[in-house]
Amino acid sequence: MSSGTLDTLAASAAAPSGGPHPPDPDVPRIVPRRPVGQWAAAAVVLLLLALAVRSVVRNDAFRWDVVADYFLTDAVLRGLGLTLWLTGVVMVLGFALGTLLATMRLSANPVLRGVSSGYVWLFRSMPVLVQLLFWFNIGALYPTILGVRTVQLLGPAAIAVIGLTLHEAAYAAEVVRAGILSVEKGQLEAAQSLGLGPWRRLCRIVLPQAMRAIVPPAGNMLIGTLKGTSIVSVIAVNDLLYSVQLVYHRTYQVIPMLLVATLWYVAVTSVLGVGQHFVERHYARGTAGAR
Amino acid sequence: MSAPAMVDIKAVHKSFGSLEVLRGIDLEVRAGEVTVVLGPSGSGKSTLLRTINHLEKVDSGSVSVDGTLVGYRRSGDKLYELREREILKQRTHIGFVFQNFNLFPHLTVLDNITEAPVSALRRPRKDVTATARALLERVGLVDKADAYPRQLSGGQQQRVAIARALALEPKLLLFDEPTSALDPELVGEVLDVIKDLAHQGTTMIVVTHEIGFAREVADTVVFMDDGRIVEQGPPAEVLDRPHHARTKSFLSKVL
Repeated sequence: MSSGTLDTLAASAAAPSGGPHPPDPDVPRIVPRRPVGQWAAAAVVLLLLALAVRSVVRNDAFRWDVVADYFLTDAVLRGLGLTLWLTGVVMVLGFALGTLLATMRLSANPVLRGVSSGYVWLFRSMPVLVQLLFWFNIGALYPTILGVRTVQLLGPAAIAVIGLTLHEAAYAAEVVRAGILSVEKGQLEAAQSLGLGPWRRLCRIVLPQAMRAIVPPAGNMLIGTLKGTSIVSVIAVNDLLYSVQLVYHRTYQVIPMLLVATLWYVAVTSVLGVGQHFVERHYARGTAGAR
Repeated sequence: MSAPAMVDIKAVHKSFGSLEVLRGIDLEVRAGEVTVVLGPSGSGKSTLLRTINHLEKVDSGSVSVDGTLVGYRRSGDKLYELREREILKQRTHIGFVFQNFNLFPHLTVLDNITEAPVSALRRPRKDVTATARALLERVGLVDKADAYPRQLSGGQQQRVAIARALALEPKLLLFDEPTSALDPELVGEVLDVIKDLAHQGTTMIVVTHEIGFAREVADTVVFMDDGRIVEQGPPAEVLDRPHHARTKSFLSKVL
């Protein structure tokens, strides 16, 4: 790539010394077609966008003043904190379990393979809302666990972590498995022929190369999980959505409070998108400047 | 004089499903010698090479390197497969160079070379780095230490792969068609490195289609066809006065 830039520079530097070609009256000049259609389409889209923005700004029912008042209140920030914490914990635990499931699925042991596929099948088939409600009522099946009353042992936050992690792991397993399969077979053979042990082969050779295929879908999952955590509001976990709901149940400012939550989700998602760009660049090292 | 056998292959059979790719191979390679294995594609040469460091398990027969069975332990009249850790240890004595180099693309040239001595042999990184730089010097790539493999030409990558195999100080080097994936003008630089190793007395087995290289460097040329060794002997004999009809017809096509 760098040599290409140099060539271009050299060419542009050389051009003036050679001088421009003298206009030849016999050779007709080229006139590009005007993209009238593109201009028209752009004008229509811009007009519609302007109308939409105008209606939002001029409609007082949005109550942007209320949005501003509540955007940085403690209750909202605590809810945001819980949402971020829950997203982080679920992603880490989900991918840890998912990586384990993926390596089981790719092992030579048919029992491990079967259990792993069974897990993925079951937890991908179950709506996460159904699963949360199920764990919420687990006390009906097991009133005590290890002598402790289940209701005391598993609070709503613990249930949120368990339910979302088990769901996340099923998807993470497939993402990690696809990533591992994307690594050339020769890489593993080279590592084996050099005497590298199984753990070293996985962590040093296979997973870092698999990351290139894992990061984009994992980034998608992270954003999905961030928004997906809002489902825990149904079991009264005090996340971002639940904390704005608490406010509007009191004040009846439903739309402005939902806007507060939306703006926070958008802000965090945007930051994550930027982060993903840098993570992708890190794992692409060694692939730039390929011959 | 007869040097001790570095590699001793006895009655090796190997099938993939219903396809028998090795049909009873016996081969001895003496220490310090260069053996070149020739043969049409599908003749089983690469599979044979891969059984020597247990990348491919044999169905029957045995492979010994430097007097030790590879991949198995003998007890009475049975061969018990070793645990993976023991096999990995054995592999560190046997260098393997692949047709497609198989360098680790996410590691720099230097890290490619130091990875195995540091993690498999537990040598101190400082010593290993010095050795790695010396090896890069030897293959003429000392200025590429911090480059990534994909920034190198095929010939340079294969020379790094050879340096990577040498970093474990193996007793034996195996080359699986080391120049087949290279553009024609890059073949020479890789063969020069292999020749250099041969002159220094490295024991090696080279699967290749380079007849000129075989003639120049090999102590023994082995011709394989259809899972069997058809003919073997000094290059002057096998390449210039082949006895077997199949060797003659193969050589007439490639020469």
